[in-house]
Amino acid sequence: MYKYDHFDQSIVDARVAEFRDQVNRRIAGEITEDQFKPLRLMNGLYLQLHAYMLRVAIPYGTLDSRQMRMLAHIARKYDRDYGHFTTRQNIQYNWIKLEECADLLEELATVEMHAIQTSGNCIRNISSDQYAGAAADEVADPRPWAELLRQWSTFHPEFSYLPRKFKIAVIASPEDRAAMRLHDIGLELVRQNGELGARVFVGGGMGRTPMIAPEINPFVKADDLLSYIEACLRVYNRYGRRDNIYKARIKILVHEIGADEYRRQVAEEFAHVKTLGIDPPLAELERISAFFAPPAFDAADVEPDRSDPDFAVWLDQNVKPHKQAGYAIVNISLKPIGGIPGDATSAQIDVMADLAEQYGFDELRVTHAQNIVLPHVAKRDLHAVWQALREADLAHANLDLISDIIACPGLDYCSLANARSIPVAQKIATRFADMDRQRDLGELKLKISGCINACGHHHAGHIGILGVDRKGVENYQLTFGGSGAEDVSIGKIIGPGFDEDGVVDAVEKATEVYKTLREGDERFIDTYRRVGLEPFKEAIYG
Amino acid sequence: MKLLTGNELRSGAVTWWTGSGWSLHVEDAVDVGEHGEAVLHAEEGARRVNAPYIIDAVATPQGPRPAHIKDRVRALGPTVRPDLTLKPADPAAGDWII
Repeated sequence: MYKYDHFDQSIVDARVAEFRDQVNRRIAGEITEDQFKPLRLMNGLYLQLHAYMLRVAIPYGTLDSRQMRMLAHIARKYDRDYGHFTTRQNIQYNWIKLEECADLLEELATVEMHAIQTSGNCIRNISSDQYAGAAADEVADPRPWAELLRQWSTFHPEFSYLPRKFKIAVIASPEDRAAMRLHDIGLELVRQNGELGARVFVGGGMGRTPMIAPEINPFVKADDLLSYIEACLRVYNRYGRRDNIYKARIKILVHEIGADEYRRQVAEEFAHVKTLGIDPPLAELERISAFFAPPAFDAADVEPDRSDPDFAVWLDQNVKPHKQAGYAIVNISLKPIGGIPGDATSAQIDVMADLAEQYGFDELRVTHAQNIVLPHVAKRDLHAVWQALREADLAHANLDLISDIIACPGLDYCSLANARSIPVAQKIATRFADMDRQRDLGELKLKISGCINACGHHHAGHIGILGVDRKGVENYQLTFGGSGAEDVSIGKIIGPGFDEDGVVDAVEKATEVYKTLREGDERFIDTYRRVGLEPFKEAIYG
Repeated sequence: MKLLTGNELRSGAVTWWTGSGWSLHVEDAVDVGEHGEAVLHAEEGARRVNAPYIIDAVATPQGPRPAHIKDRVRALGPTVRPDLTLKPADPAAGDWII
C-alpha cells in the first residue's frame, strides 16, 4: 500500500487546520452559508435530509486495517455506529455534526485519509479494480497508476474548477470490474509488443444522460499517459459547457463535437503538453510501484474442506481465483437479505479490519458494488475467515446474485432523491431470499437509483430501477439490458412505472420469463439480448 | 398551512419553527402564514439554522403534516432505520410518511 510522504501528510494536515478555521468562522457568523457551502463541499461535507453527511475518500478503494479501524472509530465516535460504503468506493457518514467535523478530519489524517475532492467540480477519487494485484487476468497492477493520478489530481490548480465533476477509473484486465467505460475518463492498461500503455476512453457516464465512453486512443504509451490525460482535461476545461449544468459533463462535449474532433483537439494539446515535462521520471514511478509490491506469498496450494454445505456455497459464490497458487480473493457481501446495501456497523468494520490483518496481508478493498474484498487470503485460512464473517453476519453468499443489489441512499437520506431506493432493495432481496432460487437465476445485477443522477448505477443494471416523483408519489421505472462490465451497455426503459410493491412483482415476473426462455448457460442479460424486450413486456404488462 | 424548517447549524438536525424558537418535532411547528419570509431572514441572521425554507403542510389532529414526502421523511427520519427516527418506539411511525 502507498504510504504518505512528508508532502502528502503536510497538505492534508494543513487542509484540516484551514477547514477548522472556516468552520469556526461559520459558527461565529463571520461568513454566511453561501460563502461557507463551497468550502465545506471541498472537504466532502454535504447537508443532507437529516444532518450533515461526510464523504471520506478511499483512494482506488484500497485500505489497510489501521485505516479500516479508524473508519469504525469515526462511525462510533462521530456518527451513529455505522457507515455506508458507496459506488465510488468511498464511505459516507450520515449524521456528522458541523462542530465536530474538524476533529473528525484531524483523526482521519492520522491514518493518511481525508475527504478532500469528494465533492465539487474537480477530479474525484480515482476508482479501480478491487482485484488489483490479485487478478490472474491483469497485464499490470493498476494501483501505481491510480496512485500517480491521485497525486497529480490532488489540488491540481488548473482542474479545481472544472465545468463539472470528473471521475477517472483505471483497470488492467480485459474483464471490467470497475464500470470503466461509464467514467469521464476510463483507462485500460494494455501491453503492445511488450510495452505497457493504456487504451483511453473519454466521455462516459451515467446520470440523466447516460453514455458509454468512446475509445479516444487505442494505445498511449505509459511514458506519455499523464500528459495525454492532462490534454484530455485541458480540452474539456476550455470547451465544456459552463453555461448549463445539465450539459457540463465531458460526455456532452465529446458527444456534441464528436469523438474524432475531440481526439484531434486532444492530440494537438498533447503535442504542447508533452513539451512541459509533466510525466514523472522513471524513478518516481518505481518509487510508487514499490509500495504495491506483491506480499510474501508462501502458502501451500491446499483445497479447503467443502464438507460444510454453507461454507461450500460461500466458496462457490464469494471466493474468486487468485493469480497466486494457494491463495484466493474473498468477497464480503454487505447485502444481507432485508438489510441496507453498503451499510456496515462499526463492529463489522472492525471485524473486517481484524481479518485483513490476521489473514489478508493487511489489505482491504471497497468495491463499486458496495462490498468489501480481502484480496489475498490463503486457501488454508478460508474456513476460519468464513466462520469469523458468519459470526459478524458478513458471510452472505450472494455475490453477483439478484440480492447483491447496488442501491443509493435514496429519499431516506439524500436531499436530491425523488424516491426511496433502500426499501425497494430490501423487498426484492426478501422476495428472492431463498439461496437455491437465487443461485438458479445466476448472475443478475440489479441496481437501484432514487433519482436521475444515477448514483445507484441503474443504467448499468441487468435490471435497473429508477425512482421518480410522480405528483408527490414514489414511482419506479424498470430498465433492462444495462451492464457496467466489459460488455458495457445502457439499459432501456421497458414501459410505464410501478409503485413499490408493483416493481418487486415486475422483477419477479421478469425472472420467470428468463427461466422459461434461457438456453444453456445464458445469464439473464444474455437471454434478454437474444430474445429482446417483448416476452418480458408481455409478461409484466399483460 | 405553511411551515418554516431548516437544519440546525451546529448539528445539522432537522428543525421546525415554533413561533418563538425551533423544535426537532414537526408537531411543534406553527403556521407561519404570510410571515414566513420575514421569520426566515431574521433566523438566518441569528445563525442558529442552516438553509431554512418554507413548505406547504396540512393541519391534522396529530399536528402539521408536510405536503411533500421529502419533508415528511425529514420530519421523521430514515424509514429504513426506525431506531434512528424521532419515534423509535413506534413501529408504525413509517406509515405516516406514505
